[in-house]
Amino acid sequence: MAPPPGAALTWELVDGGVAVVTFDLKGEPVNKISRAVKQDVQATFEALEQDPSVKAIAFFSGKPDTFIAGADIEEFVALATAAEAERLSAEGQQLLERVARFPKPVAAGIHGACLGGGLEFALACRYRVASDHPRTQLGLPEVQLGILPGAGGCQRLPRLIGARAALDMILAGKVERAQKAFRVGIVDELVPHAILKDITIAAAQRMAGGWQPRRRRSGGFTGWLLDGNPFGRRLVFRAARKQVLAQTRGNYPAPLAALEAVEFGLKHGMAAGLKREAELFGQLAVTDVSRKLVQIFFATTALKKDFGIPNPPPPATVHRLGVVGAGFMGAGIAGTAIAQGGVDVRMKDADLPRVTKGLATAREILDDRLKRRRITKYEHARLVALLSGSDTYTGFGRAELVIEAVFEELQVKQQVLREVESASGPETVFASNTSTIPIRRIAEAGGRPEHVIGMHFFSPVARMPLVEVIPSTRTLPAVVSTTVAFGRRMGKTPIVVKDSPGFWINRILTPYMNEAGQLLVEGVAIEELDRLMVEFGFPVGPITLMDEVGLDVGEKVIGVMHEAYGERFAPVPAFAGMVKSGRFGRKAGQGFYKYVGGKKRGVDPAVYELIGTQPNGGPRPAEIIQRLVLVMLNEAARAAGEGIVRSPRDGDVGAIFGFGFPPFRGGPLRHADDLGAARIVGELERLADRYGARFAPSDALRDLAQRNTKFYP
Amino acid sequence: MPVGNGRRVAIVAGYRTPFCKSGTSLKDARAVDLARFVTRELLERTNLEGADVNAVIFGQVVASALVPNVAREVSLLPQFPKEIPAYSLNRACASSGQAVANAYDEITLGSADVVIAGGVESLSDIPILASRRLADILVEASKAKSLGARLKTFSRIRPRDLVPVSPAIAEPSTGESMGQSAEKMAKENHITREAQDRWALRSHTLAAKGADDGRITAEVVPWLPERSGETVVTADNGIRRDTSLEQMAKLKPVFDRRYGSVTAANSSPLTDGASAVLLMSDAAARALGYTPLAYIRSYAVAAVDPGWQLLQAPIFAVPKALERAGIEWKDLEVIEVHEAFAAQVLSNLKGWAAKGWEINEDIINVMGGSIAIGHPFGATGTRLVTTLSHEMVRRDAKFGLLSICAQGGMGFAMVLERN
Repeated sequence: MAPPPGAALTWELVDGGVAVVTFDLKGEPVNKISRAVKQDVQATFEALEQDPSVKAIAFFSGKPDTFIAGADIEEFVALATAAEAERLSAEGQQLLERVARFPKPVAAGIHGACLGGGLEFALACRYRVASDHPRTQLGLPEVQLGILPGAGGCQRLPRLIGARAALDMILAGKVERAQKAFRVGIVDELVPHAILKDITIAAAQRMAGGWQPRRRRSGGFTGWLLDGNPFGRRLVFRAARKQVLAQTRGNYPAPLAALEAVEFGLKHGMAAGLKREAELFGQLAVTDVSRKLVQIFFATTALKKDFGIPNPPPPATVHRLGVVGAGFMGAGIAGTAIAQGGVDVRMKDADLPRVTKGLATAREILDDRLKRRRITKYEHARLVALLSGSDTYTGFGRAELVIEAVFEELQVKQQVLREVESASGPETVFASNTSTIPIRRIAEAGGRPEHVIGMHFFSPVARMPLVEVIPSTRTLPAVVSTTVAFGRRMGKTPIVVKDSPGFWINRILTPYMNEAGQLLVEGVAIEELDRLMVEFGFPVGPITLMDEVGLDVGEKVIGVMHEAYGERFAPVPAFAGMVKSGRFGRKAGQGFYKYVGGKKRGVDPAVYELIGTQPNGGPRPAEIIQRLVLVMLNEAARAAGEGIVRSPRDGDVGAIFGFGFPPFRGGPLRHADDLGAARIVGELERLADRYGARFAPSDALRDLAQRNTKFYP
Repeated sequence: MPVGNGRRVAIVAGYRTPFCKSGTSLKDARAVDLARFVTRELLERTNLEGADVNAVIFGQVVASALVPNVAREVSLLPQFPKEIPAYSLNRACASSGQAVANAYDEITLGSADVVIAGGVESLSDIPILASRRLADILVEASKAKSLGARLKTFSRIRPRDLVPVSPAIAEPSTGESMGQSAEKMAKENHITREAQDRWALRSHTLAAKGADDGRITAEVVPWLPERSGETVVTADNGIRRDTSLEQMAKLKPVFDRRYGSVTAANSSPLTDGASAVLLMSDAAARALGYTPLAYIRSYAVAAVDPGWQLLQAPIFAVPKALERAGIEWKDLEVIEVHEAFAAQVLSNLKGWAAKGWEINEDIINVMGGSIAIGHPFGATGTRLVTTLSHEMVRRDAKFGLLSICAQGGMGFAMVLERN
């Protein structure tokens, strides 16, 4: 519900003729800019202009942790045509032009998130003061939704901080902390939160007295060389364009459009720039890519509130986490839990040297945050002190949650479960970080299966945003809540999936990887396979992914899947030789590619000998892509039909966050909808005729095709 | 029956890091790291919630200039709420014994229910002092108003001012070093070189046995290095299994090369390490579900003229503690005597024997002592409390005693009891 006009902004006059305006959107947790808010701003500024006792304005948010979170996305989604979207952009521009040209000086006091339209508003003010609080973050993340900053952001930001720094922020949709924003010159002053209001009001007063804030463009002589003149700028834009194309491979139009809006404005002036910006905004708003990205945004937002079960009981708070297994995975879980959640972590492994190594690996995650200045050295010391370990289960008695990340072998995991049960309390949740083994099988070894659950992380844990949460049929609802809440606290997006071999991610990824192996055997070159799938939109190709995951792990996974689902998961025999010769992938320094000092070097030609083939071109590129994509969509449809994921939404978000399914295609199920079930079934039948039964269309797809419906309503 | 003025105080648990000769395995750890590590492991091993702790007291003799109150840094471990007050104290080598005594006082008088008392020393991490003249010049320079004035002040620095001064283990009042005092006591109490070497050998032999059969190991928390690839330190590194009287006899006396008898072999080494003990009121221990190892019955501190026999004050502290406990020497079933020097232990024993007490060496330092295990000044007291408590459990002993000699001519004694 949009609030009635006047419900968002209030103002009062303080000493020295300063009107303190407070933006506090009623009934909403954060401030956002909607049509109604715009009217309210319009009306308020009208009144402020009329009132002769008002000499200057100091603008604040009434919300505790947000300044303005951005434009109201619901309104944006409702746009049907490019013309409508262009009009929305132009209206916003006009309003902010009014703020920028307001006869009385406006100072903004920024505390909390100042994003998108919020930052564009702040940029239109004459003076900006920000609190140095970690929650104060500024940015223009529009391109992440497939659009561009359309309320003058593409014009004002480069004029304030130079084209280079502005492109840096706009093209990646980066959100920066206040310190960085101050360094590059977005805000004029950085002050402690406690005095933010006083300092902002004082600045407004000074401006009312005729004081002009003076800004020095940062960057010195180099800055002038590149930003200060048209020739330098041409270089900057050329370099930026090249970089954008390399990163998006033409799949994402928004960064290029934003770049054009900035360049056009700097070349032809503010007014022309604004016009171009609005036009481009209009065009982007109705692109399929933007629609998809917005859908994903809504899906992840909804997932943040979803516990994956009906009527979820309140989650228990985890103060202490036990991690069994101090290998790379266990250490990643420990380090991430500390870095993101500030949890007290106790690690356990069989011997102390292993524990020491795991602690050091977990610590690297914290060191990395220090290096990137995300935390101070004092916070770092506090977080490091949360990490400890032993070769016994000491300290597990106080753990509310224990996550095991030991060797992927049923008996080993069952043994660990029994040990943990005897070392911990009766309410302790036991989460298994298994990638394939059904939770039910693990749980049956212990005495309280209702407290056993799956928590499948992806490697490297610190960077991969997904976690699969897998309750067995006996898992208590409260255990699900607690696990989901904890996954979220670790900064992950949890999806609750059904307990079955491979769960969701490995279920749909395995056929894809296996088909890549098949194609290798048929003579497609390794780089070619990777290149084609990167072009399709994956962050890395299937062969590189195999090296990252580890071929030994992959072999285990496919073994379990083959056993559970039969022939269509039959492993490509060629891979066995790779594993036998110790080519486990990146971690071993050699897989399909060579790795020197942790860096990927070229393909190792010896690999072709090992798999008994030489590259000879193989099928046509289009056929290669089709085989890889359809075999995945087919399995995704089948698994979705079995209810492995609770909704297409969970399945798509999982595939995007879990292994980087191209976000602009909306996820495998959304992509299947776009292609159409009937067409997919037809293609699969053709492929099955030619290459074998593994392509036989799933019942789920046939059913959709028959009824002419889709996964999404 | 409790003898004190209030509630009974239980010793619930105690742990320590390995004790390592200074400059060896623990040389990269700061004292504060050792203290925090042992305390956190104490929590882990007892499954105690940090929030249940009311106070933290640590003993440290040579405090770091950067962390003058090491106890507060311990109580600021994230496993504790920030609101736990903490202080550090210095009663020389009896510091962590005193920390336990203070905890006992607080609990017995009802000021606290659960207290962590510990001690730490890192002689690999000691403050190196600048010369007095250099210090004066630096202070003056920091107050100088102009660059010129500052440079002028600096120009007064002479090379000899730059020689650092390390803190000596000598009595400020007499200038006598610890070793010289031990030498003097050996002569005045007629302790022979051979007797001292025998006591030292006994210390090593019994400590080796205690470590090998797991009694000592159970009190030690392995030290995990921060960087992967460095060695995990699981045991004390001063205990020698390869020494003999013959070998010891070859060593030259350190403090009196002509007529002396105190050698490196019959003295305790400079050591790094930390230890901590968990103390509770009897009621709190019961409420939280812990079975106490032992209870504190009494303690006493005595002091003598440092110019007399510097390490002989235990012969006055022990009778006071026994009197307060309402028991006699013969009631003791196990005794821990801190071994700064074999000459000092044997002097203490002679002093007690002179009171007509019968000395039964079989119940004294049954797992060796500081000569073998090492002596991180601040950490020895809580090591003794821990060892004595566990040994009393093993022997089902009713009364046990610990005695510590300390710099400044002080002696510390504590009586533990079980029932």
